[in-house]
Amino acid sequence: MDITRTPDLYYDSSARGTAPLEELREVVHYRNLILQLTRRDVMTRYKRSVLGIAWTMLNPLGMMIVLTVAFSNIFRFETEYGYPAYVLSGLLAWNFFSQTTTAAMVNLVWGGGLLHRIYIPRTSFSLAAIATGMVNLSLALAPLVLINLITGVPIKPAILFLPVSMLLLAAFALGVGLLISTFAVYYPDVAEMYNIALVGWMYLTPVIYPISILPEAFRFWVVRLNPMYYLLEVYRAPVYYGRLPGLDILIPAVLIALIFLVTGWIVFTQKADEFSYRI
Amino acid sequence: MTKNNAAIHLENVSVRYRTPTERFNTFKEFAIRWVQGKVRSTAFWALRDISFDVCKGEVFGIIGQNGAGKSTLLKLVSRVMRPTEGRVRVFGRVVPLLELGAGFHPELTGRENVFLNGAILGFNRQEMERKFQRIVEFSELHDFIEAPLRTYSSGMWARLGFAVAIDAEPDILILDEILSVGDEAFQRKCLNRIEQFRDQGATIVLVSHNTHQIEQMCQRAAWLDHGQLQSVGDAASVVQAYRENQHIN
Repeated sequence: MDITRTPDLYYDSSARGTAPLEELREVVHYRNLILQLTRRDVMTRYKRSVLGIAWTMLNPLGMMIVLTVAFSNIFRFETEYGYPAYVLSGLLAWNFFSQTTTAAMVNLVWGGGLLHRIYIPRTSFSLAAIATGMVNLSLALAPLVLINLITGVPIKPAILFLPVSMLLLAAFALGVGLLISTFAVYYPDVAEMYNIALVGWMYLTPVIYPISILPEAFRFWVVRLNPMYYLLEVYRAPVYYGRLPGLDILIPAVLIALIFLVTGWIVFTQKADEFSYRI
Repeated sequence: MTKNNAAIHLENVSVRYRTPTERFNTFKEFAIRWVQGKVRSTAFWALRDISFDVCKGEVFGIIGQNGAGKSTLLKLVSRVMRPTEGRVRVFGRVVPLLELGAGFHPELTGRENVFLNGAILGFNRQEMERKFQRIVEFSELHDFIEAPLRTYSSGMWARLGFAVAIDAEPDILILDEILSVGDEAFQRKCLNRIEQFRDQGATIVLVSHNTHQIEQMCQRAAWLDHGQLQSVGDAASVVQAYRENQHIN
């Protein structure tokens, strides 16, 4: 047998394919690692707490209650099916995005020691962060459906579209996560800046308020320039409005998700060889 | 030496680190400097034009002072780093036995960590299920395997790490300093296992400050100094040259 034909057993530093494709192949080969890292993240997060995994569901519920109490008394938002389910669906999608992108970055910068010691695909941490977020987002469907039922938001067949919405959200988050991870390797303060940027970004996205409260001129900018707006609406359409997202929302969302994913993947994998010189 | 019996083949390998003349800790600092056009960096060659082969089935030693480039060389072989110049070729599965249990998580049980660590080494679930019993047996941690790792002593931690790594049955085993795993009895067990590996025809690369050890265990050795290859050849003479040099300085 020619050993040089077995990728598992032969390594040639100069036989370099295209980095983004090579990384993809390695990820497939190391899929068990990504599964194990996800398991680790899901399990360890709640292992020492009494309520365990229930926190995944209680956390957004708590936020929803706080915001509902605060906003239904201060501002009176007009939403189609009532504020609690509106804000909860928004928070779930937003939290998924902010938590997974932050985790992708933090895992790489702080857990990157492993990359110094042994070869693993460099995107493993980001992929595991997204997968962990997907597990949490799926579990959070239970409280979301519950709140829908309690507050009288009808659950319609359109909810079957939700997995597509979640995948688009995941693709976008992975792309953004990879991009900021690349930056954070070089400049640790990107992590801090990103946290601040996230707060601003959230308030510029109709997460906790309906877009109708924005003045017409302002609404244009928030909508047009904010990729998260489209992805959020694609998520909200099946679970809150009980309908499929319109093409004017869906097409931009798909394009945004793909552009960010491909760009993030290429930038990250092109730079990844330098990471072990840096982290 | 023909290529056919090489396990590791290094061809004019160089590694350059860029260290900024000024250290930028923040993006802000960098951005300011970049606008001013004052980003400068100095190149530092951790390895310079290294060429040698490690043959299949030999125990090969690498000696040199701190900062000689030993660890960088190991990183090239274990695919952690790519050379800036030159070519590295490795024939066979490499497992670095350094910093054992690096990927362990304190909140997970011994069992969960074995599976996680196996995944880091590139094994799938079925393969790990087959290995699991053997790993537990070797580590002698039957009674603790369901307990979280934070309850382990550092010795137990390292024992589990060693057991997983050694069960990978690598073709090329990389040892950075000789292991100080657990108690003496366990250390002996590890050394026996490593010798058994050697007898089965595995290649072993050993990095050490301890020249006696290199002389005793290795057939051939390389001596690195400030990133340059000083000499390569049979272990005894390389060690002797190294010692004489140390003596003079």
